[in-house]
Amino acid sequence: MPSNKPRTIIEKVWDNHIVAQREGAPAVLFIDLHLVHEVTSPQAFSGLRERGVKVRRPDLTFATVDHSTPTTPRNLPIVDQVAAAQVAQLEKNATDFGIPYFGFQSLNQGIVHVIGPEQGLTQPGMTVVCGDSHTATHGAFGALAFGIGTSEVEMVLATQCLLQRPSKTFEVKVEGTLKPGVSAKDIILALCAKIGIGGGTGCVFEFTGSAIRSLSMEERMTVCNMSIEAGARAGLIAPDEKTYEYIKGRKFAPQGEAWDKAVEFWKTLPTDEGATYDHSVTIDADTLEPMITFGTNPGMGMAISGAVPDPASQSDPLERESLRKALQYMNLQAGQPIAGQKIDVVFIGSCTNSRMTDLRAAASVLKGRKVNPGVRVMVVPGSQEIKRQAEAEGLDKVFKEAGAEWREAGCSMCIAMNGDQLSPGQYSVSTSNRNFEGRQGKGGRTFLASPLTAAASAVTGVVTDVRSL
Amino acid sequence: MQIQSTVAVLPNDNIDTDQIIPARFLKTISKEGLGDQLFFDWRYNSDGSPKSDFVLNTPAAKASKVLLAGDNFGCGSSREHAPWALTQYGLQAVLSTSFADIFKQNSLKNRLLPIVMPKDAHAALFASLEKDPALQVTIDLPAQTLTWPGGPVVEFPIDLFAKDCMLQGVDEIGYVLKQDAAIAAFEAQRPISLNTLA
Repeated sequence: MPSNKPRTIIEKVWDNHIVAQREGAPAVLFIDLHLVHEVTSPQAFSGLRERGVKVRRPDLTFATVDHSTPTTPRNLPIVDQVAAAQVAQLEKNATDFGIPYFGFQSLNQGIVHVIGPEQGLTQPGMTVVCGDSHTATHGAFGALAFGIGTSEVEMVLATQCLLQRPSKTFEVKVEGTLKPGVSAKDIILALCAKIGIGGGTGCVFEFTGSAIRSLSMEERMTVCNMSIEAGARAGLIAPDEKTYEYIKGRKFAPQGEAWDKAVEFWKTLPTDEGATYDHSVTIDADTLEPMITFGTNPGMGMAISGAVPDPASQSDPLERESLRKALQYMNLQAGQPIAGQKIDVVFIGSCTNSRMTDLRAAASVLKGRKVNPGVRVMVVPGSQEIKRQAEAEGLDKVFKEAGAEWREAGCSMCIAMNGDQLSPGQYSVSTSNRNFEGRQGKGGRTFLASPLTAAASAVTGVVTDVRSL
Repeated sequence: MQIQSTVAVLPNDNIDTDQIIPARFLKTISKEGLGDQLFFDWRYNSDGSPKSDFVLNTPAAKASKVLLAGDNFGCGSSREHAPWALTQYGLQAVLSTSFADIFKQNSLKNRLLPIVMPKDAHAALFASLEKDPALQVTIDLPAQTLTWPGGPVVEFPIDLFAKDCMLQGVDEIGYVLKQDAAIAAFEAQRPISLNTLA
């Protein structure tokens, strides 16, 4: 419990949520916000029914559909009957258990990690969980936010608590100023490349440093979102004036006197002077280049000006074999420059990069230009709210005039559960978060990059450094 | 809880949950029927026939309760369908040098042992299995040891609470439900509160 020892924000949020701590057992940790979606919750609700247990705190629980939902016009039915049944099941579960729900037809529907912040549900100092590994996104607000499995979803529904042991703390310090053409996505791809996909296992990241402070809230969400791709279950950023400014006035944000009290509390959260971390790493923002992945996990990334590495240069036999298999799957040659590689699809969307900042960045490249005729370009806003805002700014026209598809909100081709997918052998430049084999469709090959890089590559039809356009 | 078994070997690092069970199979609302979808895209040809050279399609692997894999097993998504699929195939333990955090938690809740081995013992087991693919390992959960003929006694770490739950059949949700009074007391003094949603 709290003492005079200087603490990191990670430890403070943890300490604030301990309900009970028995010797030798994990802490019973209280959860402030539980986000629920259609894919990882049905079996948890079945468990509640079998136990005859209610949802303890429907007022701290929030559900929407995003993964299995089509991004075609909303007046069309869900053609995939298995997906339709899953969406219907969440609607039934939300109704039966009294949980607030933004359904398929809701004007506020969207990717769960986009609408949490958008609605003001996500706030500093909270514990936030969801049956989804990209729950780390909410860490941008100084919340301890992490993904859980379906058994844990059931536990939180039943008790509003989780059994947890504290993670190790890991400072990711990003100092300096990003150059034009380099973005938040490049910071997190650089971290994945530097420490590897398992580098943060057992840890929670705190992102610190002047480059992080300079980022907007939307950009901070992009960074925290992919903490899991560097192995950490959560990653957070201490709240500051930008955080409060973003939250103020949103639907579920505190109002009036409660707002002042909340801000006063939030100001106690940042890491104390003199607090120490279990691990740390530094990234130099000044020298950072636009990043892109070349392999089959997000740690296999490099500067876009680089060449595909040679498996023979790896000393560890398993690592050498992994790289060889990755290049075989991607059909890339060691030593080949990644820029200039032909592509078939560009996907701009996902909980990583589907917010206004991302759409504006992509539109700034596509404005007055045409998509290469050999490339299919999908732009999928993160929420219906973002879709309306983008349309109010005329971004939809920019995308459509360039030859891109402008679609309804959802996870779409990030996870390829809803019919939006690559064909076997196709290459995509994608603003999403995972390039695992088959992630965007069986046999599909993914290059992860920023919205700027994705838009530039859409124009040329090959992997392109936006600064070369 | 003792497991004695031959070992199926998948010598890849960073085996992610999209490989363990591809996302397109997550549209189910049930926990059942996932064993056939385990490693689907590595295991079957596009016409649905099994790939004869993939380890989990061999008769020897089908009888194995233990999988040996490379580092950082189970990285990626939080899908509990991954341990459901592994256990429904018949596996009771996965051996690696490390596991992704969420996968490890999910496994422990489904009686699938995520056994972390030191690097040298992990390499030694790979080498022993190369010489004798029919070699049997013994996992003793109470003693937290992994052994095989001619090999070292490998002591493995495991969360002691999870171990007790597994050995004594404790229902973790029931355990927390019983702490209702403590939860109510915490709720009464919560420092931050959300505007009521429901």
